[in-house]
Amino acid sequence: MATDTLHHEGSVVHHEHHDATETKLFGFWVYLMSDLVIFGSLFATYAVLMKGTAGGPTAAEIFELPFVLVETFLLLFSSFTFGMGVLAMNAERLGQVKAWLAITFVLGAAFVGMEIYEFQHLIHEGYGPDKSAFLSSFFTLVGTHGLHVTFGLIWILVMLIQLSTKGLNDMTRPRILCLSLFWHFLDIVWICVFSFVYLMGVL
Amino acid sequence: MFGKLSLESIPYHEPIIMVVAAFMAIGGIALLGALTYYRKWSWLWNEWFTSVDHKKLGIMYFIVALVMLLRGFSDAIMMRTQQAMAAGGAAGYLPPEHYDQIFTAHGVIMIFFVAMPMVIGLMNLVVPLQIGARDVAFPFLNNLSFWLFAVAAILVNISLVVGEFAKTGWLAYAPLSGIEFSPGVGVDYWIWALQISGIGTTLTGINFFVTILKMRTKGMTMFRMPIFTWTSLCANVLIIASFPILTATIALLTLDRYLGMHFFTNDFGGNMMMYVNLIWAWGHPEVYILILPAFGVFSEVISTFARKRLFGYMTMVWATIAITLLSFIVWLHHFFTMGAGANVNAFFGIMTMIIAIPTGVKVFNWLFTMFRGSLELTSPVLWTLGFIITFTLGGMTGVMLAVPAANFVLHNSLFVIAHFHNVIIGGVVFGMMAGLTFWFPKAFGFTLSEKWGKRSFWCWFIGFYVAFMPLYVLAFFGAVRRMQSYANPEWQPWMILAWVGAVIIMMGIACTVIQFWVSIRDRKLNADVTGDPWDGRTLEWSTSSPAPFYNFARLPEVGDIDSFWSQKERSNEELEEAPYTDIHMPRNTVAGPVISFFALIIGFALVWHIWWLAGVGAIGVFVSFMARVFNDDIDYYVSAEEVERIERAHQQRVKNSDPYKPSAEVEGREGKQRYVEVNA
Repeated sequence: MATDTLHHEGSVVHHEHHDATETKLFGFWVYLMSDLVIFGSLFATYAVLMKGTAGGPTAAEIFELPFVLVETFLLLFSSFTFGMGVLAMNAERLGQVKAWLAITFVLGAAFVGMEIYEFQHLIHEGYGPDKSAFLSSFFTLVGTHGLHVTFGLIWILVMLIQLSTKGLNDMTRPRILCLSLFWHFLDIVWICVFSFVYLMGVL
Repeated sequence: MFGKLSLESIPYHEPIIMVVAAFMAIGGIALLGALTYYRKWSWLWNEWFTSVDHKKLGIMYFIVALVMLLRGFSDAIMMRTQQAMAAGGAAGYLPPEHYDQIFTAHGVIMIFFVAMPMVIGLMNLVVPLQIGARDVAFPFLNNLSFWLFAVAAILVNISLVVGEFAKTGWLAYAPLSGIEFSPGVGVDYWIWALQISGIGTTLTGINFFVTILKMRTKGMTMFRMPIFTWTSLCANVLIIASFPILTATIALLTLDRYLGMHFFTNDFGGNMMMYVNLIWAWGHPEVYILILPAFGVFSEVISTFARKRLFGYMTMVWATIAITLLSFIVWLHHFFTMGAGANVNAFFGIMTMIIAIPTGVKVFNWLFTMFRGSLELTSPVLWTLGFIITFTLGGMTGVMLAVPAANFVLHNSLFVIAHFHNVIIGGVVFGMMAGLTFWFPKAFGFTLSEKWGKRSFWCWFIGFYVAFMPLYVLAFFGAVRRMQSYANPEWQPWMILAWVGAVIIMMGIACTVIQFWVSIRDRKLNADVTGDPWDGRTLEWSTSSPAPFYNFARLPEVGDIDSFWSQKERSNEELEEAPYTDIHMPRNTVAGPVISFFALIIGFALVWHIWWLAGVGAIGVFVSFMARVFNDDIDYYVSAEEVERIERAHQQRVKNSDPYKPSAEVEGREGKQRYVEVNA
């Protein structure tokens, strides 16, 4: 979408899309940093409110580390499969790109599924987000991350459709790269959630 | 079916609101009728609403801001009138619940829907031209940002007639803004209006940050950028780093209100001071988002009209960067009385005082730029001089408030109100008026009437002092902020004096309206044919006025600070021979207004708990966004012949206007001379 002139010498042959991958990637990095500030605010809120259990359960009473560990590995492994997809893209192997993205989607969906199960289980036990400030901030922090992963899943589906209809071109390539940044970013945020919320909560 | 919305929600029993609503309806119908009668709808839609041209978006930001200024000022004069009347137990004419909505709406509108769009509109108009770019990095996002802001402004105005607005003060402190103490829809209007416009602002911040870092023309290094571009860059850094905090904070308040969570409640472990901390961790950087670009405007104005390079360019840049960093570590001075303890208060008090140092550096830079320059007292310069005096005074009262011990006495009093109007009117408003006058010809191709511009300045300048100095005095008598009525009749003369000041400011606003009228009427006389009416120094003056949609036929090359000025000094060696080339441009898009329209539906539906409608809005946003994502036809090329035709026509106009122009520099001087004669 950049609007500088073509750099080829005065000819009007190439009227395809302008390659602005670098600008788009940089812009997406900046967006991720702003998103990080949202997560930073939620982490800070969690830190302030984590002791505010108001007679309700504490972190140690409700977290099940083995369950969360499986979630964590699903997400970490999905980052690896996405990385393989980007390598396949660099090697111009469209079929492999789609296959790796599909695997990533399944892993991500499993992660979100487990999180929904965990939330549903807690609410069923009577530990919903309206029970205490600690639970409010826990559900909101982890839920915001889950919502991001869900958006990532929708994005993967959109890219699978676009890869099938358009193939790899100047429009789809930067989108795959941005999505890859987004996916790894969510992984990093999850590592912070896992260490800061779950591990510190239980230990 | 309609959630909490019913016919009871429309305040029929409030005559003031009904009269205002009737006026809005008549004005709206007249406008729509005129558009239909003159068949302007498709022109409006195709040339403006769907435009991705940063200059047109800048103009639209300003139009919305000026309309909202009238709304925000109406609130102000209503409050002043109420306080002038309601002394010694008198009730005045506004009931408390209405008065509370008015002071909340006044603050919200003036900050979010007047000051912010003026600053962002000016950035849109000027920054790409100053860095020699053809548009911003992400033109579609730019259009989307504008529309998200515009629909949020619409949502605020809907609250006037359907339901109510928040009664909590402009930052909606919890737990007052929680569901327990504010069960009505007022806070929900506040939430969704700010959430929607805040997302637009974040996108703007990212867009301009990338634009400035990635799209500068050849030779324009960071330390050759014009100061306005520098201050805009820093303001955008602040937007990127602080607006997400606002988004998160409002989201948490939303969860408290809609899902019964306990972030900021009194009970169940909630912590309302967390709200105040978070909102000011955004709120303090926000005031610098507003003032930094105004500093940039004054720098451009003063060096242009003093005909000198800005004194201390480097110190100006570093002072701006220092303010950017410091603005994040002073937020606690907004609530010294929270009880954080002496050490914490001392830290934040000292940090706040330290910010005065880089700001002082800037003031001296402006003074030394004028020193031995040939300063011309045009209206932008008057606004600048008025700013230097007023803002310095406001800064001093700010330092007084930064002393925690003094703050314990002054907090929540009219002293605070007087202080921040002192810096916001004296800084942001004066800056935006200077910028508006200064860059108006670049947007429209003719200059504004100086006579009415100066009258507007004097009204604002005198009106400000008459309106707000009494508030400093009243604060020492013990008057607090947000009073619907007061017992002490001795305060009344001061309140009446403040009311007179507000009336003088109203005359200033009227002068601006007349200024537009007169200038548009005389646009042929005031035409800026050359594109350089003030003998300018930076790249935006090197292209025609109004700038062609592609900004520059040939991208300029820069070798210096104030590169256009040095180019004019070298003058005669014209670089005409380089041939024109095809220019790559983004296409207009309907996605921005359509997505934002559905965002408005979501906002309105959530305010009234109409869940199915919110679902419809969400699906609408998703589908229209996907339509954009799957659309590949988003750009095109302007042919070299077309560019040549437009450029030749401009050159012809310049020649016709004055055949005896040997060089660009003389051209600028003469253009100015003509301008002075016309306005004398």
